[in-house]
Amino acid sequence: MTVERLLMGHPLSSPDHARHALLYMYRIRKFEEAVEDLFGRGMMHGTMHLSIGQEAGPTGMCLALKLEDQITSTHRGHGHCIAKGADLTRMMAELLGKEIGYCGGRGGSMHIADAETGNLGANGVVGGGIPIAVGAALASKLQKKGTVAVSFFGDGAMNEGAFHEAANLAAIWKLPVILFCENNKYGMSSSTETAFAIDRLADRGLGYGIPGVTVDGNDVVAVYEACEAAVARARNGEGPTLIETVTYRWKGHSRSDKNLYRTKEEIEEWKHLDPIPNFISKVLAAGILNQEEIDAIAKMAQDQIIEAVNNAAQAKSAVPDGLLEAVFKAVSA
Amino acid sequence: MSTDNRMLTMAEALREAMGIAMDERPEVFILGEDIGIYGGAFGVTGDLYHRFSPERVIDTPISELGIVGAAVGAALSGMRPIVEIQFSDFTAQAMDQIANQAAKIHFMLGGALHVPLVLRTPQGSGTGAAAQHSQNLETWFANVPGLKVVVPSNPADAKGLLLSAIDDPNPVIFLEHKLLYKIPGRDPVPEGAIRIPLGVSKVVREGKDLTLVATGIMVNKSFEVAEKLAAEGISITLIDPRTISPLDMNPIFESVEKTGRLLVVQEGPSHGGFINEVIARVSESSSFGSLIAPIKRLAGMNIPIPYAPQLEKAAVPQIEDIEVAARELVKSWR
Ligand SMILES: Cc1ncc(C[n+]2csc(CCOP(=O)(O)OP(=O)(O)O)c2C)c(N)n1
Ligand SMILES: [Mg+2]
Repeated sequence: MTVERLLMGHPLSSPDHARHALLYMYRIRKFEEAVEDLFGRGMMHGTMHLSIGQEAGPTGMCLALKLEDQITSTHRGHGHCIAKGADLTRMMAELLGKEIGYCGGRGGSMHIADAETGNLGANGVVGGGIPIAVGAALASKLQKKGTVAVSFFGDGAMNEGAFHEAANLAAIWKLPVILFCENNKYGMSSSTETAFAIDRLADRGLGYGIPGVTVDGNDVVAVYEACEAAVARARNGEGPTLIETVTYRWKGHSRSDKNLYRTKEEIEEWKHLDPIPNFISKVLAAGILNQEEIDAIAKMAQDQIIEAVNNAAQAKSAVPDGLLEAVFKAVSA
Repeated sequence: MSTDNRMLTMAEALREAMGIAMDERPEVFILGEDIGIYGGAFGVTGDLYHRFSPERVIDTPISELGIVGAAVGAALSGMRPIVEIQFSDFTAQAMDQIANQAAKIHFMLGGALHVPLVLRTPQGSGTGAAAQHSQNLETWFANVPGLKVVVPSNPADAKGLLLSAIDDPNPVIFLEHKLLYKIPGRDPVPEGAIRIPLGVSKVVREGKDLTLVATGIMVNKSFEVAEKLAAEGISITLIDPRTISPLDMNPIFESVEKTGRLLVVQEGPSHGGFINEVIARVSESSSFGSLIAPIKRLAGMNIPIPYAPQLEKAAVPQIEDIEVAARELVKSWR
């Protein structure tokens, strides 16, 4: 069974597409589970923000993107990075502070970037990536590259000034950018009910002249369809789209979260809306893959993560040499 | 509970100070991200949300510029807000309100208005949170006239200084080191509303061979070094300025005149750093003539804070670095 590194198209349009969508969602899930396990065993340090439960969003979005299209990501960014096609070993190695890690051990979980797959970087600053994606789209327009830029951000980020200024620039310059809001109902402990005076976050687009779409963020098909339309608009020079995906994070905000601001029942309810079985039932119903093939995909993802963890664990640790020289890129003669 | 054995953590001491101030004055209130039910990202506000009301411990959306600006406006209008910014790094979002508005209003408007505002925020490295969550920003704020800047190094000081900061009619930036929140200090924290005035440096320990000036967490590291070197017969005066703006230089001058040697330590990058101010003032003073050794400084490397623990450690002065520098200075210059 082969799966292309990046495939475009509707997740139900062929067995390959279904396989791809499923493999990527599983990869994200298993990557996050491995990270949680490594933290739990004291083998990883710092903090972590897991995206378990939110796998359909980045997977659906990236199925609508070409390799050259760009993304900016967030503190909860492992899923975006994987969906855009990043190398799992180099990601895991970064989290383990290894030399072969994407940032040479200097960035860690919150700062993975991958120029090869158009990932301009995860971000430790809430909202920090939104204007950057708008700038990438501006460059695309000025250079007539035909590429699209996507900014992933959370519901919480929509209350940063950065979102508002960036949205307006994107709109007035009709830039090929997609503002992709993962509304998981909480920004750390503040719920969208307390942090917003509107129900539908996509309505924020209206004030900027940007179409706002709300979709089920746990349905990779629905996400893909909304994204595909937004990408088409962007490539046609019609400007930005704001997509709000309604989803949920199963785990605490970070390691130190005691989940005091939400109920166990709510968490359980959302676990029943798991994006992976949700897609599997669609795939089975359409007769695109059978159960055996599906099990093989899950196993493949698990094996890939185990391999990444093993490779990363064996890699050489980053050493504190040359840090001063690493601050600036050398000026070329 | 008796007063002389209350060993609180810095988080507990800060919470106690805020609770006292809120009991004393109805115009004191707190606003910030996740300070309510969550109790603050580092647990500093803790149960204040339950003890007071959601109107006095206000959970805000993620909008640093907005909340600091709202605090400035409230401060201009009879309230005494305490803003918590979740990480000092995100004061960058609010810098207009801090540096262009709060800091300048009293002077620029000819004294017509003033801004009794406290901005508390955790800073510093050592948690593996990488470059955007680990900066020590003492220097940024110390370079803005109109801001008072407090850097507590222990729970007892933190409590007394915070009470004074809340009383102060001016904007005060209160920079707390994350690694100090959960550890008890060396000294008990007095009960009640005991205030420590801003702008008074503290002589933490006295010695005759070396004057060591350090800020925040570096005071703790330096203290360990001083105790250790005492066994080798090197005696160190350790001075904690506590308020880095305004800066009380007198104990530093006096000590340099006695020891003839000066070592200054900060966590933030050396280039343009706050400690250079201490060095400059000694250099400009008559105490300079008492020096028998070149002044030595230890500071963070001029790099963003890296993630991997082995890299992060290399980026800021460690106990061993301070120890080596202190011993060198005393042994090589006699
Ligand atoms: C400017 C800024 N403010 C505060 C924080 C601390 N912080 C990190 S993530 C987060 C919540 C973000 O919520 P949201 O944007 O909804 O993303 P989610 O965590 O739900 O994926 C907060 C408050 C930060 N990193 N940056
Ligand atoms: Mg959220």
